[in-house]
Amino acid sequence: MTATITRKGLKVALFATCANDLMFPQSPIATVELLERLGCRVEFPEEQTCCGQIFTNTGYYDEAMGSVKNYLKAFEKYEFIVGPSGSCVGSVRHQHEMLARRDAGDAIGDRVAAVAARTYDISEFIVDVLGITDVGAYFPHRVTYHPSCHSVRVAKVGDKPLQLLKAVRGITVLDLPNSEQCCGMGGTFSLKNPDMSMAMAGDKARNVASTGAEYLVAGDNLCLLNISGVLNRTRAGIKPIHLVEILARTEGGN
Amino acid sequence: MSTDVSRGSRARHDAEPARRTPAPPAGDLIDSPRFQEAVKVALANQQQRANLRHATTTIRGKRARVVAELDNWQELRQAGEQIKTRVGRHMPDYLLQFEENFTKAGGVLHWARDAEEANRIVIDLVRQTGEDELVKVKSMVTQEIDMNEALEAAGIAAWETDLAELIVQLGHDRPSHILVPAIHRNRAEVREIFLEEMGRYGTPAPEGLDDEPAHLAAAARTHLRNKFMRAKVSTSGANFLVAETGSLVVVESEGNGRMCLTLPQTLISVVGIEKLVPTFDDLEVFLQLLPRSSTGERMNPYTSVWTGVTPGDGPQAIHLVLVDNGRTKALADPIGRAALRCIRCSACLNICPVYERAGGHAYGSVYPGPIGAILNPQLRGTASEVDRSLPFASSLCGACNEVCPVRIPISDLLVHERHKVVEAKKADPPHIPHTAEPQLIKAASWVMADHKHLEWAGLGTMMGSVVLGKMLGIEKFGAMPAPLSRWTSARDVPMLPEQTFRRWWKQNRGDQK
Ligand code: SF4
Repeated sequence: MTATITRKGLKVALFATCANDLMFPQSPIATVELLERLGCRVEFPEEQTCCGQIFTNTGYYDEAMGSVKNYLKAFEKYEFIVGPSGSCVGSVRHQHEMLARRDAGDAIGDRVAAVAARTYDISEFIVDVLGITDVGAYFPHRVTYHPSCHSVRVAKVGDKPLQLLKAVRGITVLDLPNSEQCCGMGGTFSLKNPDMSMAMAGDKARNVASTGAEYLVAGDNLCLLNISGVLNRTRAGIKPIHLVEILARTEGGN
Repeated sequence: MSTDVSRGSRARHDAEPARRTPAPPAGDLIDSPRFQEAVKVALANQQQRANLRHATTTIRGKRARVVAELDNWQELRQAGEQIKTRVGRHMPDYLLQFEENFTKAGGVLHWARDAEEANRIVIDLVRQTGEDELVKVKSMVTQEIDMNEALEAAGIAAWETDLAELIVQLGHDRPSHILVPAIHRNRAEVREIFLEEMGRYGTPAPEGLDDEPAHLAAAARTHLRNKFMRAKVSTSGANFLVAETGSLVVVESEGNGRMCLTLPQTLISVVGIEKLVPTFDDLEVFLQLLPRSSTGERMNPYTSVWTGVTPGDGPQAIHLVLVDNGRTKALADPIGRAALRCIRCSACLNICPVYERAGGHAYGSVYPGPIGAILNPQLRGTASEVDRSLPFASSLCGACNEVCPVRIPISDLLVHERHKVVEAKKADPPHIPHTAEPQLIKAASWVMADHKHLEWAGLGTMMGSVVLGKMLGIEKFGAMPAPLSRWTSARDVPMLPEQTFRRWWKQNRGDQK
């Protein structure tokens, strides 16, 4: 194992996110296993629920406050809060403070802002906090990476996911044409504008299929759900996988 | 497609013999259907989608190349943001300063509260000259107030002289892009329109006109020449008003604007109050930001600046109609007012995946795309179906935020406008046409406020999914009832896993506390 662990024994609170908890448990499980392998002590504050962006982004600010307060309660005592979703992490960092100040005033707003600032997407946490790009993973497959909009433009993880991916042993990372264009998921957008959402997802799926990859990788499972939903219909034979599940795999390991 | 163009226009000619200029499509933009409905028509139009994909991809690439040349691009954007924010904060002062300097230089200023007032002022000014036609520099605000139709109703013919606006006008069409109003047309369609329509409204297109861009441009030039030569009155908008000097600035690519601004005796400019910049030096920032963001050029080919009347040179009567039309209402919203920084470069349209597929007409306004989705509900309010739907016409991907030269946080404003629509819905329940959304959201909000609720809900959904799956012997859901059917009609959804993460944690790590 070549990974250099610079901050051994770091205590990390896992922000599993509601969608991952219920629909994609393999991703938070992989997050736990990966962080432990990198020397962290992982805790799962069980009061946690959701980032609330489904409410916020649909215009329901009051209804989002339950999630915001709950997030504060669950995570305030932690120094590092890490989640396997650029979108949920982005929402916590970009929206919670605005919601809290508006609803509960500046005292709560300050506390919410402080917790939000300690919240990281898994790729940022590994690269920036742990200082690692080679996590010692092994994944002998052809993959292509979709940089999900909220991970790039809200959480602003930059090319950290790609740095991590490219350091994986055995992997071939294929360029995705027009990669920066949205897949059309957009939370309730896909329900409110179903025709437009499908047109966008269809174009994204075609681009993914054109790469010849076996796996489509992203840092957000809901984008993967959207794109692979279309890929599946067209029997493209391309499997969706969360970045963290690749990083968790080792040679001879799981 | 192309035959549709000619058939449609012929029918309109028969119906309206008394008109002087080509009739646009019937009806008011504000009565347009909801975005979600309009999009269905747009998505089914393969020709338009191909035209838009090609045009937006090309212009996106050009923009990215010229922006990358400047190592101070982000500082320029910040400067643009700050200057425009200051203008918003001190709007009354800058307006008065502008009025004083503009008037001192010999211009005549007119204030217009709304579209109707602005149009009435322009009609009166034209009538005072004794003329019954005018040539136009491309202008968004005159589209916004539907000036051409108001003039037509008053017996005055307004001729568009920008090439793309001419295509739109002759095509009995509406603009679908801020900068490239005929972006939804390709050159074959343009040729059809020219051949069919030019002769009806002036110099006809040359016989045997083909669809070579140079030949199409030459046909337009010949058609317009006559109109320029006889015009005594022109109208324009302005990209900038300089408070310090009372000057107006128009940037353009074709030179038609220069003709309109210099040849006629009377020039009537119609401009939104948010176009102010404090000083002449501030133009340094915007004349770099605008061309690179809009046409992907380092510098725009024609920049015209005029300050009042110059005896013996150019128009001897200079009027300016300053238009509010919802702008002060937008200014009163401390968050929403950021939209007034917009310099109409259209970079947000070109980068937007939704605009690229929907085209401009689906937005039911002369301002389409991301900026339209936040600006229209602010200027026009949310009384109409289309204005209530616009803030939701986005996946919130945020691509627009990154290209906007004045750093308008468009996604945040979209969410802000959504919130306003929701608050209006809540305050006026009959407003909500058969939707259970607020109730559903309320239930979901209860679930997410406490992890115990979430566990219960999760268990319920999961058991349902597992039992159903076992009964049907399937591994994934293909079709589901509404509203989820909107999603599953084109996508497979995997079955929910048998175990939540929470359960896994309890079983595998639960002992460590
Ligand atoms: S919102 Fe920004 S990017 Fe869009 S047209 Fe206005 S200035 Fe340009």
